[in-house]
Amino acid sequence: MTQKTLLSLRNLGKQFSGKTVLDSLDLDIADGEFITLLGPSGCGKTTLLRLLAGFEIPDSGTIELNGADITALPPEQRPLNTVFQHYALFPHMTVFDNVAYGLKMEKRPKDEIHQRVEEALAMVQLGEFARRKPHQLSGGQQQRVAIARAVVKRPKLLLLDEPLSALDYKLRRTMQIELKRLQRELGITFVFVTHDQEEALSMSDRVVVLQSGKVQQKGTPREIYERPANLFTARFVGETNLFPGVLEQVDEQRITVNVSGYRRTMRRPGFPVSEGEGVHVLLRPEDIRVLEPDADHGFAGKVVERNYKGSTLDSVIHLEDGTEVLASEFFDEDDPAFDYRLGEPVRVSWVEGWEWLLPLENGGVPEDQAANA
Amino acid sequence: MLRGLRQPFRTGVLLLVWTWLLALVLAPNLLVIGASFLTRDPGTFLSLPVTLENYRNLLDPLYLEVFLHSLYMASITTLVCLLIGYPFAWALSRVAKDRQLLLIFLLIVPFWTNSLVRTYALKLLMATNGLINTGLMELGLIDGPLRMLYTEGAVIVGLVYLLLPFMILPLYSVFDDLRRELLMASHDLGAGRFRTFIHVVIPLTLPGVLAGVMLVLLPAMGLFFVPDILGGSRNLLVGNVIKNQFLDARNWPFGAAAAIMLTLAMALLLFTHRLSQRRLGEEGDV
Repeated sequence: MTQKTLLSLRNLGKQFSGKTVLDSLDLDIADGEFITLLGPSGCGKTTLLRLLAGFEIPDSGTIELNGADITALPPEQRPLNTVFQHYALFPHMTVFDNVAYGLKMEKRPKDEIHQRVEEALAMVQLGEFARRKPHQLSGGQQQRVAIARAVVKRPKLLLLDEPLSALDYKLRRTMQIELKRLQRELGITFVFVTHDQEEALSMSDRVVVLQSGKVQQKGTPREIYERPANLFTARFVGETNLFPGVLEQVDEQRITVNVSGYRRTMRRPGFPVSEGEGVHVLLRPEDIRVLEPDADHGFAGKVVERNYKGSTLDSVIHLEDGTEVLASEFFDEDDPAFDYRLGEPVRVSWVEGWEWLLPLENGGVPEDQAANA
Repeated sequence: MLRGLRQPFRTGVLLLVWTWLLALVLAPNLLVIGASFLTRDPGTFLSLPVTLENYRNLLDPLYLEVFLHSLYMASITTLVCLLIGYPFAWALSRVAKDRQLLLIFLLIVPFWTNSLVRTYALKLLMATNGLINTGLMELGLIDGPLRMLYTEGAVIVGLVYLLLPFMILPLYSVFDDLRRELLMASHDLGAGRFRTFIHVVIPLTLPGVLAGVMLVLLPAMGLFFVPDILGGSRNLLVGNVIKNQFLDARNWPFGAAAAIMLTLAMALLLFTHRLSQRRLGEEGDV
C-alpha cells in the first residue's frame, strides 16, 4: 500500500460469555480509504466497529491510530466519530444543538461552533432545518443530521454502522452517492459496516468480508466479486453457479476439467492442482451463455423460470443431472425482444476464461457453514 | 357484520366507564363542593343557609401553618423518594429483562398488605422497645433507646416507605425508554459520564421525575393515618385536618371546604406541570 496507514489492528479478539465473536483479527486501514466490513448478521462486524469506537474493550490485541495505541482509551477520548444505525439523535435537542453537541464538549468558542455547525448543515443540505427537532424530520433527513453531527468534529476516522439500512431503496441509492461525495470532499477515512453486498461493492475502495469473527477475504470490490478467496465469499457476494469438476489433465499453463462429462480447458489456478483431484468451478450468472439446443457443446437443460429485470433477462435452467443454473443475459440491439418459453430446451455454456476455480477443501470454512450463510 | 357485533360492546364499555365516573367520581365531588357552602348542624350534619363562612375560617393562620408544615413534610418525602428512586430506577432498567420483572414484582408485593397494617408494622419497628432499639442495644451501639416514634422523622420515614414505588415506577418507565445508543452517541461526541448525565440523561428522564413528584407530593399531603400512627400531635398533614373535621369535630362543611382547597392546590400543581411540559415540547417549533 502506497498510502500511509491510519489504523492498524493486530491480533484483535473478543468473546462474549465464552463465545468467540472476533478471532485474532489483523487489519490495516489506509488514510483516506473507504473500507467496508461486509458479512451476515453475527459475523462480528458490529463488534469490530464497537471496539474501534471504544464501546467495547478487546480481550486481546491492539488498536493503533496514527501510531498511538488507543486500545484502552474511552470513546470520548478517541479522535473518531460514529454514525449510528438508528441515528441516535438527541430527541430533546434541535438539529442545531445536536450537531453543536460535540463542539460544545470540546469547549469551542461560540462563534466557531456557530460557523462550523452551519457549514456542516449546509454540507448535508439541511441549513434551513437547524431549528427543527429530530422527530420533525424524515428518516433520510435524520440520517443526514447524524452524519453532520459526526463530521463536524473533523474526525480522522468515521465509523458508520449500517447507516442506510433503515431507508427505503431509492433513498438508500441517493444516500450512497451522497456519502461517497462527502468522503471524497472531506478526505476522512470511512469504515462502513453493512450486510448488503451490493452497497459494499458500489461504495468501497476495499471490502473486508467477515464470517464467524474471521476475515474471509479483503480486497477491492472487483477482486472480491471476480476472484473470491473461498466458497463463503463466492456465495455471500453476488449470485454464483457452482459446478463440481474433476481435473483430467494438468499442464504447465492449462488444465482440463471434466464438469459432469463436459470437458473444458482453462487457465491453471493459483493453488496447487494434480490430476484426479476435484475442484469447484464458479460462474457468475452473467458469465453463462445460453445456446440453441442443437449447439455442439454445453450442458443440455430446459428453462424453468424467466424473470424480466429491465436491463437483463434472468433465467433459471434445469440441467439433465438435476443442477439448477442461473443465467443473466443483457438484451442486445439485434434482438431486443428476445425471451424464453418455459420448458424450452437449451444448452448452457460459458465464456472461455471467465470461470473461477476453488479447491474442494478451503481455508478452514466448512462447506455446510458457508452454505447456511 | 363485525361492525354490528362491535358496536354494542363499544357502547356497553363506554356506558360502564361513564356510569362509574359519574356515580363514583363526579357525584361525590359535587356533594363535597355543595357541603362546603352549607352550615354545620349537630343533628343532620348539614343544613342551610348557604354561606362562605367555612372558607373564611380556612384563612385562619393556624390552618395556613398546618398547610405549610404539611407541604414541607411532603416535599422532604418527595425529595427522599427521588434520591432513592432515581438511582434505583436507573439500575432496574439496566439489569436483564427477566430479572427486571422479578424486581418490579417485589416492588409491588407490599401493596398486597393494607397500608394501615404496614404503618403499624413500622411503629413496632421504631417503638422505644421496638426491634431497632433492642437490636442496637444488644449490639452495644447505643446505651439507651433512641426516640424515633412521634417525631417528624418517623412521619417522613412512613410516607417515604408507602410512596416510594410511586416514584420508582414512572422513573423506571422513562429509563426503560432511554436508548443506550443515545448515551453511546454522547460519549462518542466527547462527553464523559458526568456531562452525558447532565446533558442527555437528566433532560430525557425529566418527564418521569415530574410524574413521580406529582404521584408522591400530592398523596403525601393527604395520608392522614401516617401522622396519626407515627407522628404525635405536632406533625399534622392537611389530610389530618380534614379527617378530624369529619370524624371528631363533626364539622362537615368545614372539612369539605378544606378538602376542596387541597384539591384546588393539587389541580394548580398539575396545571403548572402540564404548562411546563407543553413549553418543553414547543421549544423546537420556533
